[in-house]
Amino acid sequence: MTLALDAVVKEYPGGVTALRGVSVDVPAGDQVAVVGPSGSGKTTLLTILGTLERPSRGEVRVAGVDVMGASDRRLAGLRAHEIGFVFQSFHLQEWMTALDNVATGMLYTGARARDRREAARVALERVGLGHRLAHRPGQLSGGERQRVAIARALAKRPMIMLADEPTGNLDSTSGAEIVALLHDLASEGATLVLITHDHGIAATFERRIQMRDGEIVADERR
Amino acid sequence: MTGAAVTAPTPPPPPRPSQGLQAARLPPRELFGTALQGLRTRKLRAALSALGIAIGIGAMVAVVGVSASSQAQLLAEIDALGTNLLTVTPGQTLSGNNEVLPTSSVPMIGGMPHVNRDAAVYQVSNASVLRSPFVPAQQTGGIGVDAAGENLPQVMGVAMASGHFLDAVSTRYPEVVLGAQAASILQIQTVGGHVEVYLGNTWFNVVGILKPALLDSTLDTTVFISLRVAERLFHVTPNPTEIYARANVNDVTSVANLLPQTADPQNASGVDVSRPSDALEARAAAKGQFTTLLLGLGAVALLVGAIGIANIMVISVLERRGEIGLRRALGATRRHISLQFLCESALLAALGSLVGLGLGAGATEVYSVARNEPFVVPLYALVAAPASGLIIGALAGLYPAGKAARLSPTEALRV
Repeated sequence: MTLALDAVVKEYPGGVTALRGVSVDVPAGDQVAVVGPSGSGKTTLLTILGTLERPSRGEVRVAGVDVMGASDRRLAGLRAHEIGFVFQSFHLQEWMTALDNVATGMLYTGARARDRREAARVALERVGLGHRLAHRPGQLSGGERQRVAIARALAKRPMIMLADEPTGNLDSTSGAEIVALLHDLASEGATLVLITHDHGIAATFERRIQMRDGEIVADERR
Repeated sequence: MTGAAVTAPTPPPPPRPSQGLQAARLPPRELFGTALQGLRTRKLRAALSALGIAIGIGAMVAVVGVSASSQAQLLAEIDALGTNLLTVTPGQTLSGNNEVLPTSSVPMIGGMPHVNRDAAVYQVSNASVLRSPFVPAQQTGGIGVDAAGENLPQVMGVAMASGHFLDAVSTRYPEVVLGAQAASILQIQTVGGHVEVYLGNTWFNVVGILKPALLDSTLDTTVFISLRVAERLFHVTPNPTEIYARANVNDVTSVANLLPQTADPQNASGVDVSRPSDALEARAAAKGQFTTLLLGLGAVALLVGAIGIANIMVISVLERRGEIGLRRALGATRRHISLQFLCESALLAALGSLVGLGLGAGATEVYSVARNEPFVVPLYALVAAPASGLIIGALAGLYPAGKAARLSPTEALRV
């Protein structure tokens, strides 16, 4: 299993319980859509899968690493090498060119600057932005910015891609293109978990997990 | 790029198998680059917060530089005058009366081994110096009348401001040379034309004016006549009141020890020997110490600058929560985050202190040019300024860096 959650509970200070005993396995190469209303725990699930947070209780294994027992360094290493994040609001650095934004995505792998820039260039060409290397985010359209963010997640060739509402800030045409691109990239071997509100987008996934009130209420495979 | 338009973009190689155990790494060069980038993207803010450090360091460097320059000037003057001059004066008896140096002491000292040159000054009793006989004799302005040999200026290292010193003619005719202060009391600037002063009951022709005597300022308030003229006009055989001797540089101490016995073999304890350059060197050393208070003020400015940097860094951490979350998602450890902010803070202060070093050196340069002194910035300041900047910056960055490292990495996802 690339991702394995067992009876995961996440409580925040102040008495908010975001996850109430979630168990799920995602084998390598799976493409999973997570749907559910706001506040159902989708994003918390993603931060736990991405090792950005530890659960209050339960067991989490990501790429074979026991998250509960691992050190901050170990988890950071996992994120640096094996996990690529794509965010709804892109999180690009405005003062950097597209190339530098993507190259910074590999900063903490310890790769040399020259290698990082080369990998960034390849990744940007792969997402169809070979002609936008020197542009800054402000000079790009929303769809293009999300492509840069996808290239940043992709450049280090991670085992796992985690996307949190990647189409939330895009019009439906650009959104459909972005989802098609993610499917395309993941089909080369990565595990993809994507959060969405959009049932049309969820319908393009083989496996759909439905959440409500911090619990998985449906896990269906087409 | 010839085939680029027709060939499809090269697909990236398939995901490589996980090694699972790879650590997150941030080589020092990348850390430095990241910190520098953090500053470069906020240039105005960085410049303003570094300004406090620049002013503090600049003030301290200027204080140290200005005092070192004045000190260098004084030491150069002392070097030029020589440190081998010894002064022999009559001491006091146990009952408090003044001793008298025998007249034989002058040739005795002149004949000592290791004494190169010597000159004696004889006090001519109670004569007053006046511009005219109509001025009341009590109004001497504190000017003393001494008899001196022709070589006094050479031994004392005093140049002439005007005219010449006593010479062979002066032993036969009433001629007088004025000390610098005495000349200004008598309001005589030059010996040009025919200037006379009324000394005792005789008109004396002023033939020269001395420049200030740094090694013995008593010469400045004195006028000098020849010993022969003093004996003839005042019917006295004066005893020497000061004998100046230039010793070999390496034998100054031994000569100083022998001087009392040589000057007055019968009463060696009634002879005082001093080294005028000692007092000047003490003054030079004191110049370096009066700066402590000013340095303290510079340190206060530096402290204020450090607080300014800490303040700016705390604000920066709050503003950059998104960036911090993103970096954590990209694989930064807590340590990487805290090092990044610590490095930014230290770099900011180090840049500020380099600017301050330039400001301080510039101020010293302006001061030394204006005062015609040598330009000196001590070597330790060149090292201490940037080093203290680094340390202060790192200290100021400790709290904000810790705060950044403790931020929850999920911030990036929440926005």
